[in-house]
This record gives sequence, C-alpha cells and structure tokens, in this order.
Amino acid sequence: MNIASLAPLAVVLPILGAALTFALNRNPLAQRAVSIGLLSLTLLLECWLLASVWTTGTASVTLGGWQPPFGVVMVVDQFSSLMLVVSSVISLAVLIYATGQGMADGDREAPVSIFHPTYLILVAGVSNAFLTGDLFNLYVGFEILLTASYVLMTLGGTGPRIRAGVTYVVVSVVSSVLFLIAIAMIYGATGTITMADLAIKLAGLDPGTRNLLHVMLLVAFGIKAAVFPLSFWLPDSYPTAPAPVTAVFAGLLTKVGVYAMVRTETLLFPGDTLNTPLMVVALLTMLVGILGAIAQSDIKRLLSFTLVSHIGYMVFGLAMSSVAGLAAAVFYVAHHITVQTSLFLVTGLIERRGGSSSMDRLGGLAKLSPLLALLFFVPAMNLAGIPPFSGFLGKLGLLQAGIALGTPLAITLVVGGVVTSLLTLLAIARVWNRAFWRKPEDAEYPAAVLKDRGAVGLLPRTMVGPTAALVVFGVALTVFAGPLFQLAGNSAEQMLDRTAYIHSVLGGNAKVPEIAAPQGDAPAGAAPVAPTLVQGAPTPVQGAPTPVQGGGK
Amino acid sequence: MSVNLTLLVVMGVLYACGIYLILERSLTRVLLGLMLLANATNLLILATGGYAGLAPLFSKSTDPRHYNDPLPQALILTSIVISFAVTAFMLGIIYRTWALARQDDIQDDAEDRRVAKTPSFDAEDDSVVPEETSEFPVTAVTDAAKEGGPQ
Repeated sequence: MNIASLAPLAVVLPILGAALTFALNRNPLAQRAVSIGLLSLTLLLECWLLASVWTTGTASVTLGGWQPPFGVVMVVDQFSSLMLVVSSVISLAVLIYATGQGMADGDREAPVSIFHPTYLILVAGVSNAFLTGDLFNLYVGFEILLTASYVLMTLGGTGPRIRAGVTYVVVSVVSSVLFLIAIAMIYGATGTITMADLAIKLAGLDPGTRNLLHVMLLVAFGIKAAVFPLSFWLPDSYPTAPAPVTAVFAGLLTKVGVYAMVRTETLLFPGDTLNTPLMVVALLTMLVGILGAIAQSDIKRLLSFTLVSHIGYMVFGLAMSSVAGLAAAVFYVAHHITVQTSLFLVTGLIERRGGSSSMDRLGGLAKLSPLLALLFFVPAMNLAGIPPFSGFLGKLGLLQAGIALGTPLAITLVVGGVVTSLLTLLAIARVWNRAFWRKPEDAEYPAAVLKDRGAVGLLPRTMVGPTAALVVFGVALTVFAGPLFQLAGNSAEQMLDRTAYIHSVLGGNAKVPEIAAPQGDAPAGAAPVAPTLVQGAPTPVQGAPTPVQGGGK
Repeated sequence: MSVNLTLLVVMGVLYACGIYLILERSLTRVLLGLMLLANATNLLILATGGYAGLAPLFSKSTDPRHYNDPLPQALILTSIVISFAVTAFMLGIIYRTWALARQDDIQDDAEDRRVAKTPSFDAEDDSVVPEETSEFPVTAVTDAAKEGGPQ
C-alpha cells in the first residue's frame, strides 16, 4: 500500500472534527474532547507520514479516480510533511491554550461554541494547502483557511475587530482574485493545472508569457506571505484578534504563503529569472519591517512587525535558489512558526497578568511572575538569533549561503540580515526592559492590576502549560538541529531536482525538463528543452484540451 | 485559438469598474467591487476553455475535438460558491459596522494614528540623565553637564 493514500486523512480528520464539534455546540466539554482528540490523532498521522517519507521518498495519491494530469493529486514529500508536523504541533498547542482561556474566563469575549469548528476548518485548509499537488486545489485550500480566518479574526464582533476584519477580508479577497486570474491564464497557456504537469509544460512556453505568469503568482502569494510592499495589511489586522487566534495566524497563515512561493519558485518556475527582484524585496521586507517594530509601543503590534521583517529571511533563502540557501530557508520556516507562535501566546499571558499589552502600562513583571519572564525570554532571544538557539542556526545557514553565493547583492543582504537581527534584539530588549525589568511605578500609565490584583486565576495552568510546551519545542529545534538541518537539506535538494516530485505524480516515464543554466539567462537555457516536451505531454498544449472521458491514456 | 470578443470586452469593463469600486472608502461599494472582480475572473476562466462545443458526455461516434472543455466550468462553479460565501460574510461585517459606528466607511486604526503622531524623542531613552546616580559623584563633571544640558 502506498503511504500517501493516508495523506488525505490530514485534511479529512479536522473537517470531521469540525462537523462533530458543530453538532455538539451545546456541550462544551464534549466539544473540547473531540477537537483536541482529533487534532492529536492528525498530528500522530503526520509524524508517521514524515517518518515514512524520510525512508521511502516522495509519494503521491490521486483522488476521485482520475489519473494525474486530469484529476487532483496530493503529494507528500519531505518539505510538505515537515510543514504539516510543525503546523499541527503549534495548532494543537494553541487549541489547548484557547480551551484553557475559555475555561478560565467563561464565554465573555469569545463564543466558544463557534470557535472549535472554525479552528478545525482552518487547520484542514492549512493541511490541504501543504499537501496538494494541483494549482486549483491550492486555491481551494487557501480559501478554506482564509474563510475560517475571517470568522476567527472578527470573533465576538467588537468595534476594533470588525474594523481590522474589513481590511483583512478585502486584502485577502483581492489576493485570491489575483491567484485565480493567474490560474486561469496558466490553464489558458498550458491546458493543465496539475503542478507536476505544469513543471514540464511551463518550460516550453514563450519566456515573456512565462515571466508574466510567474510574476502574477508571486504577487498573489506575496500578499498572503506579507512580503514588503504587500505587507501593510498585517500589522493593521493581526493585533486586534484574541491572543490564541493571533498566535495561530502569525505562525501559520503567512507561512502557507511562503510555502506556496517556495513551490512556485522551485517546481513551476525553476532557474533564476526573478532572483534579483526577490532579493531586493527580501532586503526591504527585513529592514522596513523591523524599523516599524521599533516604533511600536504595543507588544502585539511590535511582534506583528517582527513577523513581517523575518519573512524577509525566508524570501532571501528562497531567492538564492541554491541548495544551501533553500535548506536554510526551510529550517528558518520551521523555527519561525514555533517561535512567533510562542511569543504571541506569551503576550496573551502578559496581557492577562499585567492587564495590558502596551509597554507604556507594564512594568515589574519579572518580579511579579518569574515564570512568565522566563517564558518570554527564551523565545525572544531565539527570535533575535542569540547563539545557542535555533534562530541563530537558521540565520547562520542563510548568511553562509549568501557568502557562498558571493554576488554584491547577496553580500548586501547578508549585511542587511545581520543589521535586522541586531535591530530585532533592540526591539525585544525594549520590551524586556520596560515590561519586565523596570519598577511598576516607573510605567507611564501604570495599570492598576500590576500592584493590587492577586495571582489567582491570572495564569491558569491550562494556558501556561501549552505555552511552556511550545517554548520547550522551540528549544528542542535547537537540540535536534542536526537531523532537522539534514531533513531541510534533503528537501531542498529534492525541490531543486524536481525529478522525484514529477515522477511520483506522472509516473517514471515523464521527462523532467532541464532547468535553465543557474547563472545564464533563462530564455537561452529554455530553448533546447522544448523538443523533449513532446514525450512528456499527454494533452495538446494550446486551445483545445483533450476531453477527460474520451482521452484516458 | 479564437476567442469570443464580446466576452473579453465585458470582462474588461467588469475589471475596470471593480477596481474603481474597491478603491472607494464606502464599504458597500467595496463589496460591489469585489463581486464584479470575482465575476470578471469567472468570465476569464470561461474564455480559457476555448470554443463552445458539445456537452462533454461520452459517445463513441463523436470526434473528441467537438466536445466542450468541462474543466473551466468546474473551476467556475467552485469559484462562484466561494465568492458567494465571502460576499455573505462581507455583508454581515458591513451590517455590523453600521450597527456599531452608524457609518458605511472604513475606519482608521486608532493605534496607527497614535504611533504616527508619537515624536521621535523618547522620555526614557533619550533625555539627559537629570541627576547624578553614581555612588562616587564627580561634582565638576555633573555641573558641566547641567549647564550644557537642555534643562
């Protein structure tokens, strides 16, 4: 039996959970049990997928009985299964945290009965986006997770959330429309939307058309990933949502965009056509994001800006299109999902303990709650890239790859990366100095709770527990950085090689077109590829696609 | 491949109106703009299917080239359903904005405005230390600092 045939369960189980929790909306206890149980089961399944993909290699499964160039496929390779495992770990931690918050507070601000089903749908959408091997199904995955995120973003319907929700919904819909236009144009140009088949057919297109399609996809994914000129919406909308929701958004949603960018760059449009613009964009994302973070006085907004800034590192790794750069980017994505989510969870705890998330109102938290200080300090140093932690290892990998590439632009990015890292440290140190170290009396507008509220119920174990677990998971990424970097390296090699991916979907006979020479210009490299396409292409390229029923191979 | 010119012209007009509308501040117009954009995109997908042909039901006697391409229509159906859900949600949000603020416009982010107005001078980080904090005060230096400082 093919291991990948279990992969659809990673999408089906959360959807099943959503249906069950929706039916059980009058029984909060059963709801919690079902959602936490099913998500744990999903996590176990994904760990198994990762383990088996590590040993046996890329596998794919076709859905609904249609053979690959026509039907929807799901592909499990090392990158997608790693993303699945990391995303499920953090979504499980956030779910337990949110459940703990709901139990401690009652249903004051978050209607819990709708939270569980929506959250599970979000997880299903994320899994679908990671697994799918079909461009339109990727769009569907995006829509599933976005629609769920609209509901979570505006949970409770308070004024600020509705205001933030409007921006978020409109921007997301526009990016989805752009993605859909790109899909329509790609289908018009090649007659297929299966990604493995596209990898073969796009190489045969006229370079101008190909670059247009490439840019359309990158812009659509760039909005979702919050890459600099397209990142304005993120710090505006994320901070207003409830703490666990912001945490899961910060960890997952932008990374799904990054994942889609990685797939576009490696599988669909390999070569270095757009590497220079991508590098410039990465540099601007890093610097503008972190300068925005330094200006903030609200911790959630500050963290949202660092989130934008660190997306720049991933785009940098991707833009180098070397094995070392891509491997570091994959490692960095896994690291950043964990660290950013734990920081937002800790901020939720800070808000609870200190009564505010604004640095002007906080003070003396290190003395009030040493545990909270520790929980903040470890991921904060990890984010800034202080040596023992995984943030340092990821950045070191990126910088080494940049130096190895050695072009003036890459060296500029290396310098920019170091500066961004130092500025991140500055931003984080400001939070630490103000919220944790100074005396409560020194705060500009001290919140009353800093002094006279007892500790009872302020830090419930059900909320501290998952936060601590996630912080420990972040540290574990440091301890097991060796195997993780090996995994990242393997997946980077596979992604740049593409043979395993294309063969697992289209069968071993499919011809993999050569990638344009790494340093040469793409049009010249693409020309000799065209003649080999004939064998690999089951449908005529332009105009009249073969009808599905009549034309089975 | 030849295309249907009417479809393309209608699509272009829909895109133009849609883009104009989503640049407005009024939420209802933004919603209308998004609906136009979604429908223009549906027409684009339809146009990629090529000629209108026979319904794609298999019969042995038909030449495969005479069938219509069914895939774009399946894609359009999916995208219609999705845009339907999003439109319903947007309507809900617009109604809620009206109920809360009694206006149909996009609101400014208060915190954003506040940060923009904040001066670059930070009382805690940037001001001259007002008094000697050392255990071993050097009076001459402190006096000089006091005379030179802004206070």
